[in-house]
Amino acid sequence: MNIFSRIIEFFSGGFSRIVSVLFGRGRWMLIVNGLKVTLLLSFFSVIIGTVIGTVVALIKVAYVNRPKSKVLKALNTVATLYVNVVRGTPTVVQLLIMNFVVFASSSNMILIAVLTFGINSGAYVSEVMRAGINAVDYGQTEAGRSLGLSEYDTMKEIVLPQAIKNILPALGNEFITLIKETSIAGYIALQDLTKAGDLIRFATYEAFIPLITVALIYLVIVLGLTKLVSMLERRLAKSDNRR
Amino acid sequence: MITVVDLHKSFGDNHVLRGINDTIEQGEKVVVIGPSGGGKSTFLRCLNLLERPTSGQIIFDGEDITDPKCNINLVRRRMGMVFQNFNLFPHLTIRKNITLAPVKLGLMNREEADARCDELLKRVSLSQKAEAYPGSLSGGQKQRIAIVRSLAMNPDVMLFDEPTSSLDPEMVGEVLDVMRELALSGMTMVVVTHEMGFAREVGTRILFMDRGIILEQNTPKEFFANPKEERTKEFLSKVL
Ligand SMILES: Nc1ncnc2c1ncn2[C@@H]1O[C@H](COP(=O)(O)OP(=O)(O)OP(=O)(O)O)[C@@H](O)[C@H]1O
Ligand SMILES: [Mg+2]
Repeated sequence: MNIFSRIIEFFSGGFSRIVSVLFGRGRWMLIVNGLKVTLLLSFFSVIIGTVIGTVVALIKVAYVNRPKSKVLKALNTVATLYVNVVRGTPTVVQLLIMNFVVFASSSNMILIAVLTFGINSGAYVSEVMRAGINAVDYGQTEAGRSLGLSEYDTMKEIVLPQAIKNILPALGNEFITLIKETSIAGYIALQDLTKAGDLIRFATYEAFIPLITVALIYLVIVLGLTKLVSMLERRLAKSDNRR
Repeated sequence: MITVVDLHKSFGDNHVLRGINDTIEQGEKVVVIGPSGGGKSTFLRCLNLLERPTSGQIIFDGEDITDPKCNINLVRRRMGMVFQNFNLFPHLTIRKNITLAPVKLGLMNREEADARCDELLKRVSLSQKAEAYPGSLSGGQKQRIAIVRSLAMNPDVMLFDEPTSSLDPEMVGEVLDVMRELALSGMTMVVVTHEMGFAREVGTRILFMDRGIILEQNTPKEFFANPKEERTKEFLSKVL
């Protein structure tokens, strides 16, 4: 049976088949629980990624401003190494190393996965933030400092609020990527959404229905977030030319 | 008030300031002029340490501010700076632009800062712009606000780096008027400018900077009537 007839079947005649594949023997619970795992992983990874990314970006920016500081130089070296390692290795490999090497003695897969995805996305987030901060005219920093504001206050009150406009949309896209990235959680025996689809495929000898269902769920989440990001973008653009 | 001793500044191999010595007294209006690239901006920016001098000392009210132990944030509160490109904070209203630093630094509470802001805006005839954002202002208005933002800190000295150079010609006057009025109020001012009329009229002393040194200095009257150095004459013949 070719793909087109399967699609037609999916949306029409195969309704009872769909029901039996997805809902037989409580299989829909696999999907629901998988979705929970995916959302859980995404949510906490995003938080960890944002925290790490912010810290790393601030270290890099501070080092550029004060190249003479030994502490910043050391921190910057670590930060650069971190970003390069994360960006230079596949996420699946990172996940496997975290599970079987770093946390070999732990069986808290969720924690391991959240840490892996968080650390992974932190590297990308830091680059997004650094670019956003650097895009703010240096004259803004000089104006702040010339008023006697500290480096910290200048960053917090003047540079970051402007940088956010450059950062948020890119950050939104980063999170969308992250959500899709969590689909490799099955590699360490976590039953996320993707894994749930695969388990149903295995149990029912039916690949099309569960996998397409899973794909559609991802699509809905991603499209929803994309919509949110573009709404945010528009709101920020509006405040950009405030009159 | 400010004494500069053998100030040097290099950017890599580029030796931009090559031994500046000068003392700026309270109430003086020092106007710095000279050809492009001569180090005028660098000199001014060294005064509040936006540029770190390579060597030499800057003594401000008896304190060596080039000493690493000196808290530069405290010094900068007392030195206002006005930039060529205004550098207003685009994400804040005019009122917030003006009150941010005094409130943040705990020098005034909100009410005091707002009152000071209203008073200053009135002084530059921009009261109606208090709640507007910088994006809606003309260049001349932006620069008047930038001046007021510095004044809100009640500084002891004001530094100006070509405050009218990026303005359309018809807006230069309104900014110079504010500076003139500020000079009359007794403020100590160091002004880098190409406005020779302003230098002549408001300045109490002209510094001619060329290739990283103060080549010549004098009262405006003497300076413009009897320039001594060849380079000064050449420069004045071009700008006057
Ligand atoms: N941040 C910097 N990094 C490297 N070189 C710099 C920097 N700032 C200034 N310079 C160099 O120092 C020299 C003097 O520059 P400065 O801006 O002080 O001159 P200026 O007298 O203010 O000139 P202008 O009238 O064009 O403003 C120039 O050769 C300039 O290229
Ligand atoms: Mg200059």
